[in-house]
Amino acid sequence: MGDLSDFASPKASDSELQDFLVAEKQKAQFHAQIHEFNDFCWDKCVDKPGAKLDSRTETCITNCVERFIDVSLLITNRFAQMLEKGGGMH
Amino acid sequence: MDSLSTGSLSGAQKEELMDQVKQQIAIANAQELLTKMSEKCFKKCINKPGTALDNSEQKCIAMCMDRYMDAWNLVSRTYSSRIQRERNNM
Repeated sequence: MGDLSDFASPKASDSELQDFLVAEKQKAQFHAQIHEFNDFCWDKCVDKPGAKLDSRTETCITNCVERFIDVSLLITNRFAQMLEKGGGMH
Repeated sequence: MDSLSTGSLSGAQKEELMDQVKQQIAIANAQELLTKMSEKCFKKCINKPGTALDNSEQKCIAMCMDRYMDAWNLVSRTYSSRIQRERNNM
């Protein structure tokens, strides 16, 4: 039975894999979010692609990402308040 | 992830599994970027599709790809620093 002791801690190896998967999932979600931001901020900010991103376009893209996050935070908070009051959804 | 029972995986098998997961994610990421780039740069550069891509269209596509990558990296930086800021505020 002594040899089985190698397998006696499946929990440990599970948690290593799980930690890995959780971290990879987070990274994937982060990347998916960037793809989404870049998708619509590109449409909003880039006119004709030039030799480099000019500073006006860069500012526009930065603002676009920041304001989108502001909007989603605002909407999330307001929505939570709506739910708390029990109003809004009937 | 409770169904994940990997107690019988050896260290090398686990490593291989992790590598594969990482690789698959990297491939999915590259595919997403490729799809978006093609779509966005086709829109920007090809006004009237002719019988072949002419020289100026090819130049435009090349430039557009580079700028799309620039924008992607800028969005990534902006998003990361925003996440950092939000974390510090908590």
